[in-house]
Amino acid sequence: MSTPQPLASLPQSGALAIEHLTISYLRRDRALPVLTDVSFHIEPGEAYGLVGESGCGKTTVAMAVMCYLPANARIEAGRIRLQEVDLTTAGEAQLRSLRGNRMAMVYQDAGSALNPSLTIGRQIAEVYRFHGGLDAAAATDAAAAMLETVQIADPARMLRRYPHELSGGQQQRVMFAMALATNPDLLVLDEPTTGLDTTVEAEVLDLVARLRSKFSASILFISHNLGIVARMCERVGVLYAGRLIEEGPSREIFSDPRHPYTLGLTRCVPNRIMRKDANRLDPIPGSLPPLGLAVQGCVYAPRCPIARARCREEDPPAFISGPRRVSRCFYHDEVPSIPQSAEALPSSPANGASEGDLLRVERLSKRYGAGANQVVALDDVSIELEAGEVLGLVGESGSGKSTLAKCVVGLLDASGGEIDFAGRKLARLADWREPQLRRKLQMVFQNPDTTLNPSHTARRILTRAARLLSAGGSAVDRERRVTSLAAAVQLRPHHLDLKPSFLSGGLKQRVAIARAFAGSPALVLCDEPTSALDVSVQATILNLLVDLQTKQRVAYLFISHDLGVVRYLADRIAVMYLGQIIEIGPAQEVFSPPHHPYTEALLSAMPAIDESQGPRIKLSGTMPNPANPPSGCRFHTRCPRFLGDICRERNPPWQEDREGHRYRCHIAPADLGPAQREATSSPAGDNNRPRAETSP
Amino acid sequence: MPAPLPAERPGEILDAGLKSASELSGLASGRAREVLRALWRSKTFVIGAAIVLFWVLDAIFWPLFVPYDPEGLVSPATLQPPSAEHLFGTDDLGRDIFSRTLAGARPTLTVAPLATAIGVAGGILVGLFTGFYRGLADDIAMRVVDALLAFPLIIIAVLVISILGPSITNVILVIGIVFTPIVARTVRSAVLVERQREYVAAARLLGNSDLYIMFVEILPNITGPIAVEITIRLGYAIFTSATLSFLALGIQQPSPDWGLTISIGRVFLQTAPSEVLFPAAALATLIVGVNLIADGLRQVLEE
Amino acid sequence: MSRFLAKRLVLAFVTLFCVSIILFLVAQVMPGDVGRAILGPYATEVQVRALDHQLGVDRPLLERYSTWLGGFMRGDWGNSFLLHRPVAAIAFDRLYNSLILGGFALLLIVPTSIGFGVLAALNYGKWPDRVISVAGLSLIALPEFVTGIMVLVIFAVELGWLPASSHVPSVNPLDWFRQLLLPSIPLMFVLFGYISRMARTGTIESLRSNYVRTAILKGLPRRTVIWQHVLRNSLLPTITVISVQTGYLVGGLVVTETLFNYPGIGKLVLDSAVQHDLPVLQATVLLVAVLYMALTLLADVLYTLLNPRVRLAA
Repeated sequence: MSTPQPLASLPQSGALAIEHLTISYLRRDRALPVLTDVSFHIEPGEAYGLVGESGCGKTTVAMAVMCYLPANARIEAGRIRLQEVDLTTAGEAQLRSLRGNRMAMVYQDAGSALNPSLTIGRQIAEVYRFHGGLDAAAATDAAAAMLETVQIADPARMLRRYPHELSGGQQQRVMFAMALATNPDLLVLDEPTTGLDTTVEAEVLDLVARLRSKFSASILFISHNLGIVARMCERVGVLYAGRLIEEGPSREIFSDPRHPYTLGLTRCVPNRIMRKDANRLDPIPGSLPPLGLAVQGCVYAPRCPIARARCREEDPPAFISGPRRVSRCFYHDEVPSIPQSAEALPSSPANGASEGDLLRVERLSKRYGAGANQVVALDDVSIELEAGEVLGLVGESGSGKSTLAKCVVGLLDASGGEIDFAGRKLARLADWREPQLRRKLQMVFQNPDTTLNPSHTARRILTRAARLLSAGGSAVDRERRVTSLAAAVQLRPHHLDLKPSFLSGGLKQRVAIARAFAGSPALVLCDEPTSALDVSVQATILNLLVDLQTKQRVAYLFISHDLGVVRYLADRIAVMYLGQIIEIGPAQEVFSPPHHPYTEALLSAMPAIDESQGPRIKLSGTMPNPANPPSGCRFHTRCPRFLGDICRERNPPWQEDREGHRYRCHIAPADLGPAQREATSSPAGDNNRPRAETSP
Repeated sequence: MPAPLPAERPGEILDAGLKSASELSGLASGRAREVLRALWRSKTFVIGAAIVLFWVLDAIFWPLFVPYDPEGLVSPATLQPPSAEHLFGTDDLGRDIFSRTLAGARPTLTVAPLATAIGVAGGILVGLFTGFYRGLADDIAMRVVDALLAFPLIIIAVLVISILGPSITNVILVIGIVFTPIVARTVRSAVLVERQREYVAAARLLGNSDLYIMFVEILPNITGPIAVEITIRLGYAIFTSATLSFLALGIQQPSPDWGLTISIGRVFLQTAPSEVLFPAAALATLIVGVNLIADGLRQVLEE
Repeated sequence: MSRFLAKRLVLAFVTLFCVSIILFLVAQVMPGDVGRAILGPYATEVQVRALDHQLGVDRPLLERYSTWLGGFMRGDWGNSFLLHRPVAAIAFDRLYNSLILGGFALLLIVPTSIGFGVLAALNYGKWPDRVISVAGLSLIALPEFVTGIMVLVIFAVELGWLPASSHVPSVNPLDWFRQLLLPSIPLMFVLFGYISRMARTGTIESLRSNYVRTAILKGLPRRTVIWQHVLRNSLLPTITVISVQTGYLVGGLVVTETLFNYPGIGKLVLDSAVQHDLPVLQATVLLVAVLYMALTLLADVLYTLLNPRVRLAA
């Protein structure tokens, strides 16, 4: 074992240095520590990533650096140095000259970060006027030039626009333009792409990468997404419960973690080769300690697979665990040999063919509004689903995934088409359907905070579901049913008597799943059931869904924007774009060429930690306005394999690749397959035709 | 659609933002104890509650405390300034102002809560149904609500009472009916927020009836905005009924009602201000008390 | 934008239609016997019948309603029973006087209350905020007749600085203050409470917004942050409150005009109600409702013009 070595003894030069930072929030009369003894530094021009799950203190670090902590925060100890300036003691005037000038920040949700009643031009020009001393005209010119730098087409026109007229990606570009206007020494990025669609996220990340060659700023990159941080940063620090528990070069830290928590994080996300029938996800047991809990010993010990008595008594110091690497674990040497805790699944859900389709959706359409403003949310959608099968539904926001699910389940009134379920034609709305069909068709929703009625206890929610879904029975039967449901989703009995506000996100989702399963459903629609959860919690929920599926032979229509999750879980996958299904087929087929150019772009935009990034297929422009979809192929305005007039004018035909795999495109599988295989092996950028940004 | 991450901004977790009443919905009754504790800590609420409690107790038990019959002509000396015998002096007819001020709480605290109860009950019903069903009925109901709101409360009260004749019942009815659309609006906007939540969709998929969803699923989650609305309405009701008494359109002589007493006493203001001042002060403290409760409640529920 | 406004305008007319129906029902149908309601219990049956016929209330409801509404729209509002003059002439005369009084009060109190509201928000939780909030809350609580009597006693009776009974002022600005200050104080007290409270809430919300955080983190001076970024957004909701409260003001006028014997529309409403002058009462109340609708519409237009998000919506 190496000798303990305090972090502070590492070279502490650099653009930004944080030394022994400890911050508490005052709540009522108590001081709750959120950051404990955090130290790291960033070299000039270096990109440093900070990862961790929600509540670990990432954002507090960012806000402390910008000196913009909430009023009830108190810096208990430590220093933050931006080159020679100690930010913890800087006065208001000094901060004003530093902020937006030598340090700048970009954060999540650019839509709310821009002032809704000022034009873009004015908001960017402000920075030049106050920090560059330019007059109004010169500042506007500089703003236009900066918009060009962040690759916004037609800057002169854009300057006169208001934030709400821009797409999410454009708004974030404007934020970058504002932040980089003064060529700052430090750029703090706090989840800059969270909430954006995958392809837009990829574009913004590309932009950041390109801007790094132009600007010399050091970057503090904060994200919950390990893949993004691995791709964007040279070095990474992992935060857990306010402590920096591991630090090192980003390639090594995720491929060869030296702290059990980092290892846990890398193992609970499904990787490229994992499949539900072969591998179980490896969740981190337990949950994050609540804010301000006094912990003796290592803060991770209660959840750690290799914790010993010493871990519960002594707080581990920072150990040098390798070249440029630090781990706060007594037994960091043993981390690589920690075995996978989860066993592989014994049985695989048999593809019991010839059972016939459980669900058949034919030519379903859904239109909102009328006349010129009519929005076609679903256009001629047909899918079928066998009993016990998982159909993954992917696509970006506005593609119509959720609309499809809601029409199937009867929460929305479809405008046309038919839905057959278990051999019967379904009425359009749930209220009109027969109870025995309704109970076989249930849904799990996205948001754990609103999916349960906040005024009812979990028991009451499940009892009501049991009463309505499992037809009759005495009170005793119902009670037994609730107990068995709770056991099936691994809820403890004491959870049942709590109201949702006392349950964590993962527990709430379990109650919601139990509710959907109360009537032994044949098909459950899962609308992004894990997207609001942290990765370690996501793993337990996905495992649970797989278990239930194997045991109860239930089919899922699983909606997700996370292709990794869909690849892990789905037997077949359907890809949607602007209200249409553009590709459908067995999961493996959809994930390998030939596939629709849009699917190709989606796949290449996936950030991953376990492989070197291939070349990226970049999509130009933004999602067209659904009220006015493009003519011909709907994807032609953004397609990287755009052929010409045929795409613009003619509706693409379905191309049948292999049995059960088809996509909608003018390019035949025989041509598309080789081209796409070549693209993945050739260097980046070849297949990328630059195209002007088009706004909706 | 990728969901935005749960807010990690510590400020958002630890100190509450200001929200409008309609955003207060989602108040879990599981928080009831927490809310009560927070109310107890809120200085605004406690002071307001103490003031209101004082007047409520007074309205019930005044016969035990008053030294004289509030409606009796107890002194031959009229318009007397405060003295040991008559703490607040006597009025133009020789009645004891101290006794009348204490007794005056009862008519006010009868009219205002009853009117509020009518308005809140009606408002909850209309708001729940229109917000839940939307559609044409909602559009029509909202137009009627807008129309009713286009008349200032006092004006419509003056109009109706001049036609039906002044009486306590009419005052209660008019205020209650005018409050109905106002409360309905608040309830409706809270329902509109709630019905978008996923638990309502889930309830529907289970096959619950509309009435069950409205009254058992949604209603308990909008008690916050309703509670705030009740206190605000109560303040207005006191204000309005006093004004109507003052305009001689409400409670009639010889009741010791504060508004009425002030209206009579204003003639003698120069010579004997106590006939106006004491009831006015009583009225003001009561309304301030109710408003303090409303304010404290709103602050606590926003957290 | 024009479509949004057109929609608003149509809605306003539909609402006005409802207003007229409600008013008609209240004034003409609720009393049952209109003639009896006007003449009181001591009139003879013959007199009542004669009046009913003269008023046309013995005709079918629908006909009465259309006659009344048609007359109102043509400007033929009938004659006052008591003053024996055309109602329209009286009502507009009084409305003009009230607009002077109400306008005076608004002109003084709107900037003041916005200023104090913003001041309170900028000092959130500190003593200026506490003082302004508590003051606002107490002022809302005082009915106009209470404050009105207080100022009457102090400034007119005790000090004798201002007249106890107000007239419509001449063009002399000094006379404006002399005649209008006292009757407008009760109105201003209540308005102050509502407007300053809304300005405070809006400003606090804006101060906590992400875009203000952006502005601060851009290193902008505090003045720029407040004037350019905070107030531009925070005062928008205040516009709506001002319009609603202006409508409310008319209710307050009933009390304050009576108290100060000022010949405005509020006093006209009360007098005609007490004296059962039904044509006057009905017309003035409708006029007040029209005025209120116009104000709300105006506020909507203003809000739209100042808010790019609505202005530019397709």
